[in-house]
Formats: sequence, structure tokens, C-alpha cells
Amino acid sequence: MIGQSPVRTLIAHAVLIVGILIVAFPIYYTFVASTHTLQTILRPPLPLLPGGEFLRNYTEALFGGIGRIGGVGVGTLLLNTTIVAVGIAVGKIIISILSAYAIVFFRFPFRMTFFWLIFITLMLPVEVRILPTYKVMVDFGLIDTYAGLIIPLIASATATLLFRQFFMTIPGELVEAARVDGAGPWRFFFDILLPLSRTNIAALFVILFIYGWTQYLWPLLVTNRNDMNTIVIALRKMVSFADADTQWHLVMVTAMLAIVPPILVVVLMQRWFVRGLVDSEK
Amino acid sequence: MATVDLKDVEKVYGGAVKAVKGVTIAIPDKALCVLVGPSGCGKSTLLRMIAGLETISSGTVSIDGKVVNEIGPTERDIAMVFQNYALYPHMKVYDNMAYGLRNRGMPKDEIDRRVKDVAATLELAHLLDRRPRELSGGQRQRVAMGRAIVRNPKVFLFDEPLSNLDAKLRGQMRVEIKNLQRSLGVTSVYVTHDQLEAMTLADILVVMNAGLVEQMGAPLDIYEKPASTFVASFIGAPPMNLLPIVASGNGATLADGTDIGMAAPANAVTLGFRPEDVDVVMNADRPEGAVALPARVEAVEPVGAESFLYCAAAGNRIVVRVSGRATAKPDDDLRIVAKSEKLHWFDQAGKRV
Ligand SMILES: Nc1ncnc2c1ncn2[C@@H]1O[C@H](COP(=O)(O)OP(=O)(O)O)[C@@H](O)[C@H]1O
Ligand SMILES: [Mg+2]
Repeated sequence: MIGQSPVRTLIAHAVLIVGILIVAFPIYYTFVASTHTLQTILRPPLPLLPGGEFLRNYTEALFGGIGRIGGVGVGTLLLNTTIVAVGIAVGKIIISILSAYAIVFFRFPFRMTFFWLIFITLMLPVEVRILPTYKVMVDFGLIDTYAGLIIPLIASATATLLFRQFFMTIPGELVEAARVDGAGPWRFFFDILLPLSRTNIAALFVILFIYGWTQYLWPLLVTNRNDMNTIVIALRKMVSFADADTQWHLVMVTAMLAIVPPILVVVLMQRWFVRGLVDSEK
Repeated sequence: MATVDLKDVEKVYGGAVKAVKGVTIAIPDKALCVLVGPSGCGKSTLLRMIAGLETISSGTVSIDGKVVNEIGPTERDIAMVFQNYALYPHMKVYDNMAYGLRNRGMPKDEIDRRVKDVAATLELAHLLDRRPRELSGGQRQRVAMGRAIVRNPKVFLFDEPLSNLDAKLRGQMRVEIKNLQRSLGVTSVYVTHDQLEAMTLADILVVMNAGLVEQMGAPLDIYEKPASTFVASFIGAPPMNLLPIVASGNGATLADGTDIGMAAPANAVTLGFRPEDVDVVMNADRPEGAVALPARVEAVEPVGAESFLYCAAAGNRIVVRVSGRATAKPDDDLRIVAKSEKLHWFDQAGKRV
């Protein structure tokens, strides 16, 4: 076995610890910076230990509003981003589970054509179709709305394919048993398919939530008003070319707050899929 | 309760594969009809057409005198037990059994009463809160049965329900299914490839081959008078001995010219006799009105209550069943004698003559 001898264990741990430090240090340093005054940050060297401004900085960012982004508080940004990320994740899951359901369990004309059309869109990322999409959003008057932020991103070929693969593993006998038991298409979907898919849904939710949370290009295009920004866009806008113009302490606070929700989602949902995995049928 | 009538039922898959080629079966009320045949002969397809899970290409299926071709599985009022049980993995045993009743809008207390009744009959009462994966194979099988029984349908359909159980459990469940079916008095269609299951369960036995019914009737009638070489070799274990023969003058011989000791009916080209219908004699007399063949013992298989002798007679393998211990040993030369009333003759097409 690897790691049997103490020396090996030591080396393995040393490597891991160094790895963790490399990953964690910038985050720690951001946190440290978020607890000092602007003056301390601007006067190098930056201290390695947290300062005493934690409460003031965080309160100011969350509730006070930040000058460079039109006085919008980080609270609003978090709310916007949460709505967008949850909207994208839930929307993608609903659309893809329904399309996979149709493709796997129903026989209709051009079924495979539709499947391949969906499949082909995998090769067209958002960026490729961004101009026409933007034009459509402008024409519908959806600039600076949640709908405009969410809808163009909620079709998902990847999630559809994942659900399709999963549905194909469901034994035909189970589908037939449900038909004999008097379950129509909707009942089958809600009573059987959905509960059986819950681990897949949980895993996808985490991935898609983070995907939505970290969107950059699309929110940048489709929002003009500061109070409709997502946190990533706002963070970018808060940084000016001139150092003196940038409220670095608030930037650091915003950066810290921006990573909290994804971490929460991962941690909370992780418990969920572990339970799902333990529970799940082969 | 219900009769099931199939009339010239055919199934064509994808315009090309003819899986069922015109089957007519009439199943009276309360009868247990077993469809038996080798894998791929169309048994499941036929059963699924009765269930309404497969469309009927031509012909009619009637339940209780009413043609149900265009009616979905739910409205046909049938219940089905699947080979892999098809229990809902995320539901408790109770909910697995109650699901079909809930979908039919039955009141809660009535559902509860029925599920508990059936669970008691099947000795499942202590398992109602478990999920399928927490059950043994035999228990899952019972739950699958319970799910069918609780519905109190017009017809039970079974698709090889015992094939995933070990031999001992299979024997127990076979008896239990028979008893349940008889006491509930529900018309049933049971598919299996196991001839022993078929023989022991059936009121009506239907032997199928390549999408067609080879023979239909009471199990023992079929055993005693198989209509074709296919049925003769499919029903019975070990299967009937079948030997090609040639008529010559007023007698008949095996392919190599060995005289079989009696005349064959006109057109007969195959002689059959069952392993238990033969005597082995050591001496050389020729009994009257019987087939007598010289043979050499190749192997002896003692099973306890009986023994099987595997003999070679002019290039043919013949199995003989003797009760108790066999006195013959490998390499013994002996004579195999089969009485004329125990013989079966088949013509060129394999049909009984
Ligand atoms: N969905 C299907 N599409 C095409 N052919 C099928 C289908 N289902 C079964 N068959 C064919 O029909 C024949 C009978 O199948 P089946 O009824 O399952 O046989 P059995 O249950 O007797 O083993 C087989 O040759 C099988 O390959
Ligand atoms: Mg089958």
C-alpha cells in the first residue's frame, strides 16, 4: 500500500498541506483585507492577520451601498444573483427532465430528429449565439429584467443528455408495471420518475447553480442598471483603474460574500446526495 | 369472474419480425392457462398483448366476452407479475401494493383493509414498512404477487415469475401460486419456459413453438399423447427418446438396419418412447408386441429414488429411467424393451401418427 511507511505518510501529508495552502491562502488574504480599513490596505505591506473593521466593513457593504456601483448594497446583488442562479438551475432541470422524458418514454414523429437537434446545440455555447440572443432580448424589452438574465441560459443539452442516459437505465418492466397499475404519463412522471431521479437532480442543481452564479458575459450584456447587476458584474465594476478610486475594503467584502452561497449549496446538497447514494437502488 | 379468448392473434414487430403467428386459445373462467415454450417463441409477446402492453397486429383478444384490442392496460382490469418483479424501488412495500388502488381512487380505509388482508395471507405483514431493496428475492416475489392480488382483477398475468428464485424456493412458490390461484378463483395466464412448472400448474397447457401453438390441452393428455416431436421432446424430463426408423417389409429397422422387433404404422419415420416406459432385460428373448433394441450402457446416474441409464443403441442415445438403484453398470450389454401401447410414432413433418 502507498503511504505505509511514516516517511511516505509525511511526504504525502506535506504535499497535501502545501496544496491546501496554495488554494486557501488567496481566500484567506482576501478575508484579511476585508477586515481592514481602506487606508491600511493601500499602505503596504498588508497585515497577515485580520483587523478590527470586520463589522463596519460588512455592514457598510451589505446595507450602506457602494458608491462606484450607484450606491447599491451587496445585499441587493446577492439577492439578484441568487434569483438568477436558482432560476437558471431550476429552469434547466425542469426543461431538461421534461425533454428527456419525452424523448425516452414517448414515440412520436421525428423523435430522433429532436434528440439530435438538442444534441447539436451542445456544440453551440452561449457566446456563439450571443448577438442574436441579445437582439431578441432587446426586442422583447427584457434588458434589465430577471427574465432576460435567466431565460436565454435555461435550455441545457448537457442536462437533457444526462437525464436521458439515466431514464434509459429504468427497466421497461417498471414502466409497464406502472401502466398496469393505472398510472398515466403524469402520474408516472411525478410518482415514479421524479423520486427515482432525485440524486441526479441534486447533483445537477449544484453544478448548475454554480454555473449560474458565475455567469459573466451574458449578465454584463443584458444589464445596464446597477441594481440589476449580478455580484460578479458588480465586483468588476467596483474596481477602477485608479487605485485611489477603488474602495478595496468593500471589494474584498463583496468577494468574500460572493463565494459564500456556492459553498453553502455544495455543503448542504452534498449531505443530500450522500443520503441519496446510500438510499439509491442499483 | 372472467374468460379470456384469443382469436387468430398475430404480432408483427417493426413490419418484419413475426413473433406470434395466429394463436387461438379459449380460457374458461377460473382456469390457469400456462404458455410454455423455448425462449423466443413469443410467449411473453402473447401475454403482453393480453395485458394491453403491446398492440395486437391482427386478431382479437377478449376478456369476459368483450373485445379489448383498443383498451389500455388499466381499463382491462388485469394484474401482472413480472419476471424481475418490477417493484417501485422508492416505495415501501405498503405503497407498492397500494399504488394501483390509489390510482383508481379507492378510499383510504378500503385500501388499508385490502393491503393488510393480502399482506396477512402472504405473510408480508411484518415487511410493510420496508423498501424492496431490504427484502430477499423470495420476499420481493411475494410483494409482486401481493400487488397483483390486492387489486382483485379479472385476470392475473404472470411472466416467468419464479425464474429468479433458487430451485427450492421455486418449488415452494409454485405450490403456493397454485393454491392462491385456486382459492381466489381468478382466471390466470402464466408464462414459463420450465416444463415442470408448466406441467404442475396448468389446468390448460399451451405448448408454443416459433410463434405458433404446437399443442393445447390438459397437461397429462399432452404428456401422454404429444402431438409432435417438438412437444414430445419439450415436455418431460429427461425428454422422450426419439429414434429415426425405416419401414422394411413387414417390420421396421433403425437407420443402420437394426431390426426394432415390430412393424411401424404407415408414414411413421420417428419412433418415440419415454424413459420410464422402458424395461431393460439382460436376456436375449424377444418379447411379443414390443420394441426390443440391443444397447450398451454408457453411463449410470443414480439420483436416489431413481436412476438414469444412458445407453447407446445403433448410434442413438437412449435414456432409461429405472426406480431405485440400477443393477446395470457402464459397458453392460442389454436389451431395451418398450411395450407397443407406450410407443409414439411421428411422420415426416414431425406430427403424431
Ligand atoms: N420489441 C420488440 N421488437 C422486435 N422484436 C421483438 C420485440 N420483443 C420481442 N421481439 C421478438 O419476438 C420474438 C418473441 O419474443 P418473446 O415474446 O419475448 O419470447 P419469449 O417470451 O417466448 O422468450 C423474439 O424473436 C424476439 O426477438
Ligand atoms: Mg419472455
